[in-house]
Amino acid sequence: MTRCSLLLLLVFLAGPLSAQDPVRVGIDYRPGIRPRVVILPAAGLDSVRAIVGRDLDYTDRFEVVQLPNAEPTANPLLGGQAPPVNYELYRSLSASWAVQFERASGGMALTVRLHDLTADVVRRDTTMVADLSGAGEGRMDLHRLSDALTEWISGQRGIAATRMLYVERGSQRIHRVDSDGHAVVPMSPGGVTALSPQWSPDGTRFTYHILGDDGQSPVLIQDVVGGARRTVPTTGDGGNHLTPAFSPDGQSLAFTRLTDQGSAIFRADIARMCCVDRLTAARYPANLSPTWSPDGRRIAFVSNRSGVPQIYVMSADGTDQELLVPYDFGATGASYAPDWSPDGTMIVFHRDVSGSPQLFVYTVGSRQVRQLTSQGRNEDPSWAPDSRHIVYISDRTGRRQLHVIDLETARVRQVPTPGVARLPAWSSLLGGSR
Amino acid sequence: MRLRQFALPLVAILLAGTACKKNEPMVVPTPVPPPAPAATPTPAPPPAPPAVDPNVAIERRRAELINTLAQEVFFDFDKFDIRPQDMAVLDAKAALLASHSQVRIRIAGHADERGSDEYNLVLGNQRALAAKAYLERKGIAGSRIDVISYGEERPADPSSTEAAWARNRRDAFEVIAGREQLGTIR
Repeated sequence: MTRCSLLLLLVFLAGPLSAQDPVRVGIDYRPGIRPRVVILPAAGLDSVRAIVGRDLDYTDRFEVVQLPNAEPTANPLLGGQAPPVNYELYRSLSASWAVQFERASGGMALTVRLHDLTADVVRRDTTMVADLSGAGEGRMDLHRLSDALTEWISGQRGIAATRMLYVERGSQRIHRVDSDGHAVVPMSPGGVTALSPQWSPDGTRFTYHILGDDGQSPVLIQDVVGGARRTVPTTGDGGNHLTPAFSPDGQSLAFTRLTDQGSAIFRADIARMCCVDRLTAARYPANLSPTWSPDGRRIAFVSNRSGVPQIYVMSADGTDQELLVPYDFGATGASYAPDWSPDGTMIVFHRDVSGSPQLFVYTVGSRQVRQLTSQGRNEDPSWAPDSRHIVYISDRTGRRQLHVIDLETARVRQVPTPGVARLPAWSSLLGGSR
Repeated sequence: MRLRQFALPLVAILLAGTACKKNEPMVVPTPVPPPAPAATPTPAPPPAPPAVDPNVAIERRRAELINTLAQEVFFDFDKFDIRPQDMAVLDAKAALLASHSQVRIRIAGHADERGSDEYNLVLGNQRALAAKAYLERKGIAGSRIDVISYGEERPADPSSTEAAWARNRRDAFEVIAGREQLGTIR
């Protein structure tokens, strides 16, 4: 391939990546400069290249260029080894990094080399056991590799080895989907309305509440593997319980109980499965949707104590309750569904704007509120572990589906699922110790 | 306000025309001259009903009462106060519950699909509690009334139209105990 045709190819491939979604209102996005990463040809490793390339693209940190497998990559004269990487060629195309894959151990393992094109050196050279078909659970190994590559290049861990929970309208079951939209799996039992799923901090359990036909509406905790379920203390004694949330240490669960006086937030000790404390007073009509600060010391929540539902905050023991997100009394729409970012600096929520919910982010330090979306309905946001991406429900494509927005670039992508999706929750980084 | 403006002429028309069919729980503030007694011919006595199995009669009456207890009330958008036109529906339930001390009911509050999914559960609860409080004010013990909220999860009409939303913003009522007492008290 000539240098000129490669350049054209790069321009062509990079084109769609720079097309940004027009979802923005008064938002100051900083596109910045994203380093260009070339995924080198690798015969027989199409799945690996496709999965990792897409993962790197979804980080919104790089411009990813997939070179097609047009040229022979293993030269018999070199003993089956890949030819040396032409650093000068890729550098002239403004690429900063090149990722090279090779089969190892007869196809049971994968060698990955990260070439730094600006310094003409291999920065990483590692071999890992991997299912190279990119099928089944093997995909998660490749997602973890993507996250490692992201960290090697940018210093920040990627978010590919994550999953989302959501409720499918119709079946009313909680489903799970990989961050790239693969492997949709039903999780909660069939025939029961299950709502408001939230992951445990380590991703091994999740919590949700069900709506029974018998007037029972308890909060459950379910193991991801095996599916064993437990009822959170006192929530199985009748009445509605909703919007559960794990504390960051996984020892406590905050949830809402609907009472004769309104609704209040409670906290249960789930390490010992006992000891339920009430955190909010009952004289207020509504308190719901608790979300913990990552240090576990504070809980943000929704309350309509001043009339219209807005975002409040309290200490984790229920003291020091105060308004958190400022609003104009009589003008600002109702605010719901807060989620505290994993780095502790922001809270995302949705707020009614002219009859439609839109996403807003509140920055804890500066006390600034900014609007993220403006088209259609956009609601029920949940942070990715990088505190940069947010999954939410949008009807911008017609029916309500999972969408991901990147705060830095405003790029939006859909995570397509078979049914109508609601109430998403993004996991922490799953599996492995890294 | 508007209702009261309508109420007077409406009642007058009703009274001036045929005699009232039944006692409406409507309070008329100003005295209206009673209509001249209409010269209605005394209706012929109905034919003697065929002998009915008393159990069948009880079942029939029970079904009627359950129907009265099950009649739904509806709400305005994002509101949970009982509308004046629904008070008679709740009054009928209160009278029935007062005379049937063993009957217990469950009120299920519902919301339309607009608004926050999670907040709609709170709204459904407030709607159920509004009907419960109304019945309590009419002398029914709160311990005989369970409440549950289904939020927007159990729509009566799943379509996305104004009519469907109005149909879905409701309290539904279900007898959960004392069913056997219904129909046995005259």
